[in-house]
Amino acid sequence: MSFRSQMLAAGTVVGVLALAPVQAQDAVKIGLILPMTGGQASTGKQIDNAVKLYMQQKGDTVAGRKIEIILKDDGAVPDNTKRLAQELIVNDKVSFIAGFGVTPAALAAAPLATQAKIPEIVMAAGTSIITERSPYIVRTSFTLAQSSTIIGDWAAKNGIKKVATLTSDYAPGNDALNFFKQNFTAGGGEIVEEVKVPLANPDFAPFLQRMKDAKPDAVFVFVPAGHGGNFMKQYAERGLDKAGIKVIGPGDVMDDDLLNGMGDAALGAVTAHLYSAAHPSAMNKEFVAAYKKAFNSRPGFMAVGGYDGIHLIYEALKKTGGKTDGDALIGAMKGMKWESPRGPISIDPETRDVVQNIYVRKVEKVDGELYNVEFATFEAVKDSGKTKK
Amino acid sequence: MSALPDLSSHAIARARWRPSEIAFWILVLACAFLFPSRYLIMTDILRLALFTLSLDLILGYAGIVSLGHAAFFGVGAYCAGLLALHGIITEPVLALVAAGLVAMVLGFLTSFPVIRGVDLTRLMVTLGIALLLEALGERFSNITGGTDGLQGIEMAPILGMFAFDMFGKTGFFYSLIVLFLLFLLARRVVNSPFGLSLRAIKNNPLRASAIGVPVNRRLIAIYTLSAFYAGIAGALFTQTTALASLDVFSFEKSADLMLVLVLGGTGYLYGGLIGAVAFKMLQEFFSTITPQYWLFWIGLVLVVIVLMGRERMHRWALWLPNLVIRQFAGRKAVVAVPESDAP
Amino acid sequence: MTTLFTILFDGVAYGMLLFVLACGLAVTLGLMNFVNLAHGAFAMTGGYVCAVLVNQSGWPFFAALPLAFVASAVIGVALERSLYRHLYTRSHLDQVLFSVGLVFMSVAAVDYIMGSSRIFIKLPSALEGQFDFFGVGIGRYRLMIVVICGMLTVALQLILAKTRFGSRLRAAVDDPRAALGLGINVPQVFAFTFAFGCGLAGLGGALSAEILGLDPYFPLKFMIYFLIVVTVGGSSSITGPFLASLLLGIGDVAGKYYVPKLGPFVIYTIMIVILIWRPNGLFGRAATR
Repeated sequence: MSFRSQMLAAGTVVGVLALAPVQAQDAVKIGLILPMTGGQASTGKQIDNAVKLYMQQKGDTVAGRKIEIILKDDGAVPDNTKRLAQELIVNDKVSFIAGFGVTPAALAAAPLATQAKIPEIVMAAGTSIITERSPYIVRTSFTLAQSSTIIGDWAAKNGIKKVATLTSDYAPGNDALNFFKQNFTAGGGEIVEEVKVPLANPDFAPFLQRMKDAKPDAVFVFVPAGHGGNFMKQYAERGLDKAGIKVIGPGDVMDDDLLNGMGDAALGAVTAHLYSAAHPSAMNKEFVAAYKKAFNSRPGFMAVGGYDGIHLIYEALKKTGGKTDGDALIGAMKGMKWESPRGPISIDPETRDVVQNIYVRKVEKVDGELYNVEFATFEAVKDSGKTKK
Repeated sequence: MSALPDLSSHAIARARWRPSEIAFWILVLACAFLFPSRYLIMTDILRLALFTLSLDLILGYAGIVSLGHAAFFGVGAYCAGLLALHGIITEPVLALVAAGLVAMVLGFLTSFPVIRGVDLTRLMVTLGIALLLEALGERFSNITGGTDGLQGIEMAPILGMFAFDMFGKTGFFYSLIVLFLLFLLARRVVNSPFGLSLRAIKNNPLRASAIGVPVNRRLIAIYTLSAFYAGIAGALFTQTTALASLDVFSFEKSADLMLVLVLGGTGYLYGGLIGAVAFKMLQEFFSTITPQYWLFWIGLVLVVIVLMGRERMHRWALWLPNLVIRQFAGRKAVVAVPESDAP
Repeated sequence: MTTLFTILFDGVAYGMLLFVLACGLAVTLGLMNFVNLAHGAFAMTGGYVCAVLVNQSGWPFFAALPLAFVASAVIGVALERSLYRHLYTRSHLDQVLFSVGLVFMSVAAVDYIMGSSRIFIKLPSALEGQFDFFGVGIGRYRLMIVVICGMLTVALQLILAKTRFGSRLRAAVDDPRAALGLGINVPQVFAFTFAFGCGLAGLGGALSAEILGLDPYFPLKFMIYFLIVVTVGGSSSITGPFLASLLLGIGDVAGKYYVPKLGPFVIYTIMIVILIWRPNGLFGRAATR
């Protein structure tokens, strides 16, 4: 070879060697798409806080690579979600898209996750079909099926014969209603009144009046995170608690974020859910204390979904040694088990959905504040809402 | 006498393409090649521009205020979505036109209550219609998918040749062509005798009808055309994003639309386009800096703009183009200040 | 039958709340011909002031209510003197742009300061629950609303009809130029009325926290309802918006109870029908300018 070609060859080799370690130390970018404005803003805030807290506690480097979070606000509008996800994938070259405060947002991003082969970590949305929309979706939040079936069973076994239902008219609300009905009626219960309220509803009073007139033993309620307080206030105002009508449902309505402001009317409500700030584990006590110290409020189930989501990402990266190949990451996430502030949780290798304990709990006053106190545990509940094959 | 040739020559002069307009469209096309990684937001801007154009037709030229234009946008969006979802019309262009026609029919039917009454009444009637449609969409959630929207829309390739891709390139050029063609049409309409009569109606309806202009018929016609445009904008939206949910009818959409148009200036067609670019870029800029509180900065910008005066803003914004044009053509850009919209 | 009375009572309470919230807007529009879409922001401010005073500083509820009024009125005066004043002669579109900008700023500011969650005001126990009145369930809180708003309406009517200020105001609404010519200090009337309207909104906001829910997005969510009340009622008097609010309140509550599937339909249809039939609102008169 001539001298020039030798130099060129040497130069190329040196150049490549010089570039290689720089590439391996590129940050891993995570696109966090959350509703930071609009009606679901409290969900977005909780998840953002939880992710920040986790990174504060565990550092921002995993398997030799730095983690960079790119936060985007989609206002819970699915076309924004889709556009933001597309831009994050194409322009910012993220290795994960995460967050998704509402079901339509998670569904809108699904085809993108599949096309780009990027893991989509759902930290909040709760409809069963979400994980079926793409083989790259992994969920760390919950499904309405998990909590509604449990409370349906519990109600039937505990002397509640007649139930009136009030659910928001959208996918999670319908999931909650259907799964509750399924289990409750199977246990011998009767639904005496069924009301679906539009999602953007300021005044529950007329609907609650209807419930009262139907004279049930209990009211099964599902409203999105953030609306529970209004419901409970009007429940009390209408005198439903004095009429002996109990409140039951999936835990969304007794979200820890709002629980303390609801007043004594909430006492005695029984719900089934994945998380309570009063969960008596050492890890949870630490988590709640750290969250309170950093953000001056109580963490709710949305925060836990975010906390576990970022944990999942960290652990998956550790398992793949820092490689961001989508298929390898999904493979690493399947079957992963760990201890979360909510209790033990794992990712079902078949459905990529979260498997967790569901607790039945009652609202009680502890140290002058309202908490959901757990009194029964159902272990390793899988989502029963998947399409039957 | 001398008045007549003046009027017609004035009208013809306005209808001629000015260098600044040609420059504008060349710039738009250039953006496609300058920013190949930002097709998605540019498509967003184009769709918003078309939608705003539709509002300009009635607000800027006929003086009808509407806070419910999202009704037609939504109808167009759902039409296109349902046509694609159920495979009734798979060719996107055909579906686009069909959706526009459906919106047009709705526009025609609702134009009758809208042309009566004063500004505030019109605002509320149009708003009421949009909200009614939203409530209807919610009620018939088995057809519309309710709050979650239509799921699983897949768009067939345009004209059988150009498939929609993840990077948004096809969507961008599709939207650009649709916008340009409809813009040309709008331009012809507003510079025609029909368009001039609309301006007369806007300035003084009583005087216009006194000289024989059929006021109500003209208003109904322009309102219907505007509904067609809005419907196409909606259909374009669903076709380029493969989504359609109840947000398409929302009050926020109609309100944002008004803002964009007022920002850009009414009554000269380009206001909608410029406003759309300005608004979206501002929104993007602020939301990158602060994903949670960008609304505050947008609000501040709006307040400042109003306090400073929109005419002053336009003069400042056009300072550079004016400089350039003065070098080449020895005069100022003519397309600057829009018609005054004082009460 | 008793259910009918309960629904009627609920509807009246809701309607009166809407009236207190919206009447400031009606007066501003009718008097100053100014489209102030930021009206909801004043309501929200009053609500949050009351919430902070009661929840964090331990004030009793009834003491905090007047303060909600005062706080919003003061902010109203400040903004009017500094910003609004320059926009009286501008086009409606400019006013819309300006007031919407203000709303955006207030929404984001409140979000930043108070957080995004819905906020609740700790009520005195006397206001919680219901009591039975011949089989009709009367909510205590709603009863209080009816009482307070009723008194306010009567007071407003009296001020308008019997006081010198009231007659000056009515003159200024009917024909500002003639009023100026007669020596009435129209700008001063404007400023005072605007402040009063904002104060009322603030009071309404504090009262509505319990029923409508108070969060940073309150102005955007309820702007529509205020506009409906003002357009259906017409902006040349107080009785118009009052009756319109009652109609809307009862219509909404009854609609949701008897036909829950068609809930929001009812208000919008009523509104459109009324506006088609009476383009100036039920009791409005065509503007004389």
